[in-house]
Amino acid sequence: MDAPVPSLDVAPSPHVSAGGLTTASMMREVMIGLLPVCGFAVYRFGPGVLLRLLLAMGLCIGFEALFMGMRGRVSAIRDGSAALTGLIFALTLPPTVPLFVIAVGSLVSIGLGKVVFGGLGQNIFNPAMVGRAFVTAAFPASMSAAAFVPDGMSGATPLTLARAGETLPLVDLTTGHCWGSMGEVSAVACLLGGGYLMWRGAMGWQIPLAVLATSVLFGVFRHGVDPTAPWGWTHELMAGGLCFGAFFIATDPVSSPVSHSGRLMYGSGVAILTWFFRSFSGYPEGFMFAVLLMNAATPLINQLHVTRPVGGHV
Amino acid sequence: MSAAAPLRQSIRAEGTGWFPRGIHPPEEKLHSRYRPVMSLPAPAEVRLPLSQHAGAPASLIVKSGEEVAQGQCIAEAVGMVSAPLHAPFDAKVGRPVKITLPNGRRVDAISLTRKPEGADPGPRLWQELCSDAKSFATCLEMPADIILDMIRSAGLVGMGGAAFPTAVKLSPPKDKPIQCLLVNGCECEPYLTADDRLMREAPAAVLAGAVLAAKVLNAGRIDIGVEDNKPEAIKALRSWRPDWPGRMRVRGLPAKYPMGGEKQLIRAVYDKVIPTGGLPMHVGVAVINVSTAAAIAHAVRFRRPLTHRVVSVTGPGVTQPNNLWVPIGTGSDQLIEFCKGLTPSVGRVLSGGPMMGMALSELTVPVTKGSGGIVALRAEETKRPEETACVRCGRCVDACPLHLTPARLGQAVRHRRWDLAARENLMACMECGCCAYQCPAGIPLVQLMRTGKTELRKRVTRAGAA
Ligand code: SF4
Ligand code: SF4
Repeated sequence: MDAPVPSLDVAPSPHVSAGGLTTASMMREVMIGLLPVCGFAVYRFGPGVLLRLLLAMGLCIGFEALFMGMRGRVSAIRDGSAALTGLIFALTLPPTVPLFVIAVGSLVSIGLGKVVFGGLGQNIFNPAMVGRAFVTAAFPASMSAAAFVPDGMSGATPLTLARAGETLPLVDLTTGHCWGSMGEVSAVACLLGGGYLMWRGAMGWQIPLAVLATSVLFGVFRHGVDPTAPWGWTHELMAGGLCFGAFFIATDPVSSPVSHSGRLMYGSGVAILTWFFRSFSGYPEGFMFAVLLMNAATPLINQLHVTRPVGGHV
Repeated sequence: MSAAAPLRQSIRAEGTGWFPRGIHPPEEKLHSRYRPVMSLPAPAEVRLPLSQHAGAPASLIVKSGEEVAQGQCIAEAVGMVSAPLHAPFDAKVGRPVKITLPNGRRVDAISLTRKPEGADPGPRLWQELCSDAKSFATCLEMPADIILDMIRSAGLVGMGGAAFPTAVKLSPPKDKPIQCLLVNGCECEPYLTADDRLMREAPAAVLAGAVLAAKVLNAGRIDIGVEDNKPEAIKALRSWRPDWPGRMRVRGLPAKYPMGGEKQLIRAVYDKVIPTGGLPMHVGVAVINVSTAAAIAHAVRFRRPLTHRVVSVTGPGVTQPNNLWVPIGTGSDQLIEFCKGLTPSVGRVLSGGPMMGMALSELTVPVTKGSGGIVALRAEETKRPEETACVRCGRCVDACPLHLTPARLGQAVRHRRWDLAARENLMACMECGCCAYQCPAGIPLVQLMRTGKTELRKRVTRAGAA
């Protein structure tokens, strides 16, 4: 029995790993979760949406390849995170947003949001929100509340209406018969996609739960303070991209805390800040700023939430 | 608090069979779980490392060229924590050699060459171990101190991996009375089936050994924890209730890795939490492996020192997976050869299971008292995701049975932030591998934990010296 001795490969334990689970597959799951949202946006606002979503994704991939190529790490684009950033960024824009805004936003998302920090995993801020904040500041005309309502149409976004003391029927809000960014208009589509992600375990439930629950709490609180306000907690929950943000923006893992308790704190923080911006600032769509601020607080939250090991601290 | 209070508590303590977090890797037991234990024909030579156990290496008491009989002691225990070694067959003592154990430790060993005319004791020893309840019932009357002496002189050590001398474990300090004996039959590592087969084929030995150990400990309760993916083993163990005044129960537990970890098992069975850095005895429990229990019965009933054990040789990388009864000290290559060799597609051969076992760089490494399996995997099984940056997805946190934050620990070690690593309880890590198993970014978390722990230990020693 002189079988050739096979060359043995030596590596530290564990010697097996969960099948098929990679960074790329996680990103893919999130994209699948976004399908209902994208589908609804195309149905609601027409094929122009498709063009814009694809453009943003393509540009983000391109910029990532360019920047990472300059640093000799082209392979990094295979993880799919750039495409996801582009998709999420575009979904937060008005349906008729000019294409150059998308281009600039994609550049900023990838360049300033991600690459300057060293690429995926190193960034402090949610890249899509960095791009979004930039275009909000740079192109106020394209991004103003009025921009969300196409020319020749009457109406306003739900949050603008709310400022004026008016309100929309809840059913329109949930099913997306209102004006708003491409991704945010249908809470039902967001819940559907978010539910898929939870079911697949593609992301933790802590952040969405914290965001939604805290928003309900503050919605109830607002109503308690001012019973004549046109908004109940249901509106708080269903309007202005809260569902979209809770499931798809705030959950960006890289820029959010890693422990369960940290995530709950982070999610609540996002909701409280959103509520604050909605109530008191000039930007009713405050979710973006809330996320960016909480991103900045994430290192601190991580430090505060050292998990207590089973059996107590060493 | 009076001494009796915790006693009563522990005896009544009931766990739900659950522990938080952990993972469900594919069990892969089918390769070998229906293969009855076969006695490996005695090899021409065994090489016995003098240090197969935790504690001081044994010291040789025979000289090169001397002839020794089966079961004769060839190396004595040195000091309190140690264990003697015995000859597995009639043999001639060869030269002392150095061998590298799978964990990388280079240790002294002694080579024994089998006398060609000597009989192969393997089949007889295995038959003894598989004796029925009646046969084992007779030895349960033995007084505790004599049982303990027999366990000590038989060279018994924990056979689940840690290889801690059993006699030491069964003599806890006076102020730490043990109320419960927990017999670990979980075998939660994928692939391995040695304990499963042992429980099915030698249930009386396992039960008798458990009672003997409980007698030595003066424990009031015995629980045998078996994952419920081994229904035949559970049934076999329930077929006999040894005559013993205490409580005795065979408990089926949901299959989850690492159910066989002491902390997890104690949580599942008694709902008790061992303080970080503590031992089972701190909550009034002693844990022994089912193989150890069977070896105790073998030693007490048949006066057999520990010279053989059951080893699973399994995985898609071996041609004919088997469970083998082998002399300790046999080279792994001999076991593999008996199993018709490795398949051409084999990639990695492990001593132990895939979660915590160690990859072998050479196949001549001998089977030791604590090694229950040789697992041969193909490249397909050992493939891990290409390493990318940590995306802080938190899967490692969801998996860690000790509730650490592996992502942050790994990062702290990478950046050599020892202060952070210490603050986030790196030293509590038991290197179970759940975190690395789950990580989608393919980060070698366990390796980082080990590096970090070594460094932190060094720092403690240095600080102690200064
Ligand atoms: S599982 Fe891996 S990628 Fe995810 S947080 Fe843990 S270390 Fe990072
Ligand atoms: S190896 Fe350590 S950090 Fe990783 S899961 Fe196990 S105990 Fe937790």
